[in-house]
Amino acid sequence: MVRLPYLTALTTLFSYGLLFAFGQLRDFFRKIIDWFKSSSKDLKGYAPICLGLEDFYTRRLYLRIQDCFSRPIASAPDAWIDVVERYSNDNNKTLHRTSNTTKCLNLGSYNYLGFAAADEYCTPHVIDSLKKYSCSTCSVRVDGGTTDLHTELEELVARFVGKPAAITFGMGYVTNSAIIPVLIGKGGLIISDSLNHNSIVNGARGSGAAVRVFQHNNPSHLEDVLREQIAEGQPRTHRPWKKIIVIVEGIYSMEGELCQLPEIIAVCKKYKVYTYLDEAHSIGAVGKTGRGVCELLGVDPADVDIMMGTFTKSFGSCGGYIAASKEIIQYLKYTCPAYLYATSMSPPAVQQVISAIKVILGEDGSNRGAQKLARIRENSNFFRSELQKMGFEVLGDSDSPVMPIMLYNPAKIPAFSRECLRQNVAVVTVAFPATPLLLARARICISAAHSREDLIKGLEVISKVGDLAGIKYFPVEPPKHETQSHKKLE
Amino acid sequence: MASAVMNMITAALDWVTVIFDAPLARAVVFGVHIDGHLVVEVLLVAVILFQLTRKSYKPPKKPLTEKEIDDLCEEWVPEPLHPPITEEMKAEPPILESAAGPHTVIDGKEVVNFASANYLGLLGNEKIADSCISSLEKYGVGSCGPRGFYGTIDVHLDCETRIAKFMGTPDSILYSYGISTIFSVIPAFCKKGDIIVVDEGVHWGVQNGLYLSRSTVVYFKHNDMASLESTLEKLTRENKRAEKIRRYIVVEAIYQNSGQIAPLNEIVRLKEKYRFRVILDESHSFGVLGNSGRGLAEYYGVPIEKIDIITAGMGNALATDGGFCTGSVRVVDHQRLSSSGYVFSASLPPYLASAAISAVNYLEDNPSVLTQLRSNIDLLWKGLSDIPGLAIASHPLSPIVYLKLKKSTGSSKSDLELLNVITDRVLKEDSVFIVSTKRSVLDKCRLPVGIRLFVSAGHSETDIHKVCDSLRRVAALVLV
Repeated sequence: MVRLPYLTALTTLFSYGLLFAFGQLRDFFRKIIDWFKSSSKDLKGYAPICLGLEDFYTRRLYLRIQDCFSRPIASAPDAWIDVVERYSNDNNKTLHRTSNTTKCLNLGSYNYLGFAAADEYCTPHVIDSLKKYSCSTCSVRVDGGTTDLHTELEELVARFVGKPAAITFGMGYVTNSAIIPVLIGKGGLIISDSLNHNSIVNGARGSGAAVRVFQHNNPSHLEDVLREQIAEGQPRTHRPWKKIIVIVEGIYSMEGELCQLPEIIAVCKKYKVYTYLDEAHSIGAVGKTGRGVCELLGVDPADVDIMMGTFTKSFGSCGGYIAASKEIIQYLKYTCPAYLYATSMSPPAVQQVISAIKVILGEDGSNRGAQKLARIRENSNFFRSELQKMGFEVLGDSDSPVMPIMLYNPAKIPAFSRECLRQNVAVVTVAFPATPLLLARARICISAAHSREDLIKGLEVISKVGDLAGIKYFPVEPPKHETQSHKKLE
Repeated sequence: MASAVMNMITAALDWVTVIFDAPLARAVVFGVHIDGHLVVEVLLVAVILFQLTRKSYKPPKKPLTEKEIDDLCEEWVPEPLHPPITEEMKAEPPILESAAGPHTVIDGKEVVNFASANYLGLLGNEKIADSCISSLEKYGVGSCGPRGFYGTIDVHLDCETRIAKFMGTPDSILYSYGISTIFSVIPAFCKKGDIIVVDEGVHWGVQNGLYLSRSTVVYFKHNDMASLESTLEKLTRENKRAEKIRRYIVVEAIYQNSGQIAPLNEIVRLKEKYRFRVILDESHSFGVLGNSGRGLAEYYGVPIEKIDIITAGMGNALATDGGFCTGSVRVVDHQRLSSSGYVFSASLPPYLASAAISAVNYLEDNPSVLTQLRSNIDLLWKGLSDIPGLAIASHPLSPIVYLKLKKSTGSSKSDLELLNVITDRVLKEDSVFIVSTKRSVLDKCRLPVGIRLFVSAGHSETDIHKVCDSLRRVAALVLV
């Protein structure tokens, strides 16, 4: 959990207040200038697409640091990337591409097992499948979009995750938004973690069920909420709820924390509620054989009712899956809108996932999968411990490849991002609205493709920039050999 | 002791006498002689009135005890996650063993494929496959990140500029999946309190977007301009303070639930009269309608600036995946920060973006493929005009040829069973792959079900004759 010191909170609030005041001043002048210029006849009678305050944040705060986000790259999102240089003629309002690129260390892409670029085993198979099936099926799954690759992938995913059956879709976001309304509707209750991803929030809203939130990663608060809700029943009518689903994530992407899965599953079993686990960031990246948080925390996959995941992060492809019992999957295939109305997953992407899973399981005849899994665990733990020794405030549990470094102050966001880019390290900084207003952070994603030298270079640069930006909030730990030499002297 | 009490009582009685003898007590108000006792009676009436105006007494609510909550939790029985599985739920779709082109292989047999929306026949095109292969070797498969965090690859930006140049609009934005385009665009522009007028035959993606936007949604009769006009008239008359409310009309260019084409010139005339904005979903008309494939606006000769927001999925004519949205610079820029399907999702795989660029280039260089598609549709229309029991219900120019039952059995469920019997027999006996429309439980559309044939420019005349003969034969056996 984040401990926000009072002085930092004060300075951050002051900075935001200053930015807000300047933004309002500029808006005021803009209104005066617009009043002099006449607006075009076409727009008379139409309400503006964006009312004044709706995009205040975009216009006055985000546009100033727009060059830290959406940086285009000209190569595969591997360990080293070519970031395209951009320039602006009007103070960051519009950015133009140049044809120059800088080679930078990539600490921002979700490339946990290193399958992002052309891989020696996967890419030939992908190209073969492209030649055989071409790049799309132009059809929905239920009509003519199911090829034998899709059925092979579903069986493989079910086997990998440890559930009886699975169903796959072409996009992870759509998986959540289209499945949750099928499983639960009006008269049901969804209890979701307070820091769940936007796709889960949208799916829950689209389902029509009531939604309640429990404190992040807090099984005792979940139990309190469950007791209260089951006893009260539906609001106003007090009829009992038809069903209750609890939605949690495996690794929370903005905190880097693992979910407290065993305790949450115990609570859910006690009260007979269903569990939905979203393993977007944890499948393939944690666990001894890459099977996700269930393996890492010792939970039997049969205890989780529905397991969802995406192929974008660890498998270097695109799409999402749901793994559950045979009956649930049959029902989903009958009525899920993403299965009935959305184009099926592109066949080369399907082949990429099949090859990646085979590498992880070792079925391609080599032990590259086990090497990758060991390397990402070593890399994450090494990087995290070094950062903590340097005095940065790093969130997340050990073994998790996502590590956010707290920045807090809005001015430090562009400072950290631009200075790192100048020294050829590409980092991701996140601010409002993806995180709470005062808790801006830089998020590092470690990959199995990073070598030890890459990580050491990254650490040097981050340490230098951290000193410049003043984000080493904790005291620096003295290096170990000094204390040992002290002991020797005595 | 007793004398002190006696003294106090006498003092109190003296006070009472003084009050009664006070000047007020002897006043004469309006001819009524006020005595002391009147004061007491007035006070009593005041107290009664005061009590009447108080709320009635409610006993305080007692919270449930721990034991009671435990009992309630024990008793509660949840519904199962899925309803009982019926026979029809167990049906599996046919599995293709080769590319979904005009001819494909199912179960080892070669069949004629009318189930893929491969309108321009671009599946298996050499140039597109080559560009995909070079893209795969350079960038790998996935883009490993959302657009904001190093997931923007230069092919995405090139694709956006290419599509904007092709459509004639200032800018466009790329989404990573066809169906997520429309249900991310609508909530980005329509908020609570806005008014949206929408056709009742739109597909589930649009319905989901409308629900997520929390705006007021009014449906008008499917493709009926008179109904649209009366709805717009009623809404503008009732809402006088319409200055701050945004109003939208949402239509599809070619409806996938019926094959009808929306009359865009009428819609633009109505939109300008009543001051609404238009959101047009061109998933099945992009690359199909118009002399050069630029969609519905080119077909009707409407200048593209008059349509505010155009969205399309690229999984049909362009034979790739993903979607795009195009419009003015303000429209496109707004989505880059507030469209949830763009901001919170990984970007389109780069090889699909390069396939889209090659497909648009091909379409611009070879407009003859559109004439081929149109002649195929005409040929199919002629062949299907005399099928016993089935009638064509789509527009003559629509590449989705929609066949309805002439006499419905009364419930759409039994209609669908009948149509499934026809499609199964056509596949098994004549090796022609056609499909019926399957609706999800969540779909609100109430248009009749039917059989959909997706015509492609890659179909030959023999293919079209084969499907007509086969349908004629099987329909005669099953329906009559």
